[in-house]
Amino acid sequence: MTQTTQVPRPRTDSEGAAPETRRRPASPQWAAWAFLAPVTLYLLLFYAYPLYRNIDLSLRHYTVRSFVRGDAPFTGLDNYRKIFDDPTFAPALLHTVVFTAVCLVFQYAIGLALAVFFHQNFRLSATLRALFLVPWLLPLIVSASTWSWMLNSDSGIVNAVLHAVGIAPVNWLTSPSWSLTSVIIANIWIGVPFNLVVLHSGLQSIPTSLYEAAALDGANAWQRFWRITFPLLRPVSAITLLLGLVYTLKVFDIIWIMTKGGPADSSTTFATWSYQLGFGNLLPAFGPGAAVGNLLVLAALVFGLVYVRAQRKQALS
Amino acid sequence: MRTRLKTALALLFTAVMLFPVYWMLNVSLTRDQDMRKSPPDLFPAHATLEGYRAVIDQQLPYLGTSLVIGLGTVALTVALAAPAGFALAKLRPRGGGILSFVLLAAQMIPGIIMAMGFYAIYLQLGLLQSVPGLIVADSTLAVPFAVLIFTAFMSGIPGELLQAAQVDGARALRTFWSVVLPMSRNSVVTVSLFAFLWSWSDFIFASTLVNGGAHEPITLGIYHYIGNNNQQWNAIMATAVVASLPAAVILVLAQRYVAAGVTAGAVKD
Repeated sequence: MTQTTQVPRPRTDSEGAAPETRRRPASPQWAAWAFLAPVTLYLLLFYAYPLYRNIDLSLRHYTVRSFVRGDAPFTGLDNYRKIFDDPTFAPALLHTVVFTAVCLVFQYAIGLALAVFFHQNFRLSATLRALFLVPWLLPLIVSASTWSWMLNSDSGIVNAVLHAVGIAPVNWLTSPSWSLTSVIIANIWIGVPFNLVVLHSGLQSIPTSLYEAAALDGANAWQRFWRITFPLLRPVSAITLLLGLVYTLKVFDIIWIMTKGGPADSSTTFATWSYQLGFGNLLPAFGPGAAVGNLLVLAALVFGLVYVRAQRKQALS
Repeated sequence: MRTRLKTALALLFTAVMLFPVYWMLNVSLTRDQDMRKSPPDLFPAHATLEGYRAVIDQQLPYLGTSLVIGLGTVALTVALAAPAGFALAKLRPRGGGILSFVLLAAQMIPGIIMAMGFYAIYLQLGLLQSVPGLIVADSTLAVPFAVLIFTAFMSGIPGELLQAAQVDGARALRTFWSVVLPMSRNSVVTVSLFAFLWSWSDFIFASTLVNGGAHEPITLGIYHYIGNNNQQWNAIMATAVVASLPAAVILVLAQRYVAAGVTAGAVKD
């Protein structure tokens, strides 16, 4: 079991250590678990219990008073029924799917193109690649508020540029037909660095001799990409996309700060809808909010399991 | 010649990518009366520090709170994750694989779920609007990742150095403290950087668990700013610039650790 965990390999060489430890008798289990006890307790208290509370929340009928006193009546799947019948359900589902899919495709495509580009040798390559990390490191509230102002209808730079090339101004954040596009653009910007860095490290493990051989056979750059780079990068691509999927499904900050899911639910996803229900109104609806959140957990866990399987397959190969 | 062309292209790409960051700086230096100018000035021709004065006047307590919360999160994360990483990497616990799996799955739980669970629990315990409460919540952003990083780095430590650790528990503790931990300095740095950055950047826990309290972090400072005074974008962007400083410091001082952290979290290379 321990051999197949997904833990990434360290940069130092561990090849020599593994067989040797196997020869020695195992250390007492209690010592090992003494070291693991704090984190195990922590996982139970601060992951398992909040998750349990969340499921409990979604199965009861809460009012503000019963929330404080903790005597809310058990109502089974009522909250789930309520959210399925809610007029927000269909748009939230659609927006979650569109947001996730469009962000993933663009982040991956741009990230891969940049990774291939930066994989070549030229001056400043490493420095500039490092600068690409900036959007990923910035607090989301910083990125979100900067994009909000750039996309401002009257004073934003984006509309000023559009005006300069003769395009009518767009109400990026205040028009229902553009708000989802706006948050997608901002989120792609944030996600590109991650894709770039991970795919770039994947490229480095492709042996250069393959490219030399292909060049000798007269393959052009385009053919080399599709015949060598892309196929050999597949495992790394799969993991990048799956991780991206899990991360994008739960994106909340960007959307909430830029549009609050509006106007009129036009950019609401499951994550913002859940927050809206639980914390966004004067009268909180914790039960339905938790129910929406649990649907999100379910989706994340399904793709998470796929991710773990993909990781293991890669680890074994 | 061709490589010079590539460098030029790379510079162009980087400029496009970093334009929003430049724009944040530019707006933070813009005077109030130029804020609604159309088209906006591309360069801060009449640069002013009004925005930054507002930060110093109004945002310092938020920044202080964020600093405390960030450092608290780092301490808690390292204290929990380093021993766990050591055990998983070197002591071969039975069930260790399951624990690693749980840690991986824990990273996939959406923040809103954790926030709602924490809210319900903290409400009952009276921990809402408390700094320690937020530190614990923020640490959940980093602990699973930290254990995975420590496990990876520590399994690279040669076994001969740790023979004593195999004998009994007390020696294992000493080995961990005086051999393994000093040798894992790099991984401690990586984990600390990410734990600090994530807790510094956290918005969802802050907005659900300490909103309206006496000690709010800088993310809420900016959020209230956006909500309250839509006009003074120079002050908002100046706060954003200040809030970005830890990210900038980390990038300059510890870029190799960052890249290592990003890839270690995702890929086995």
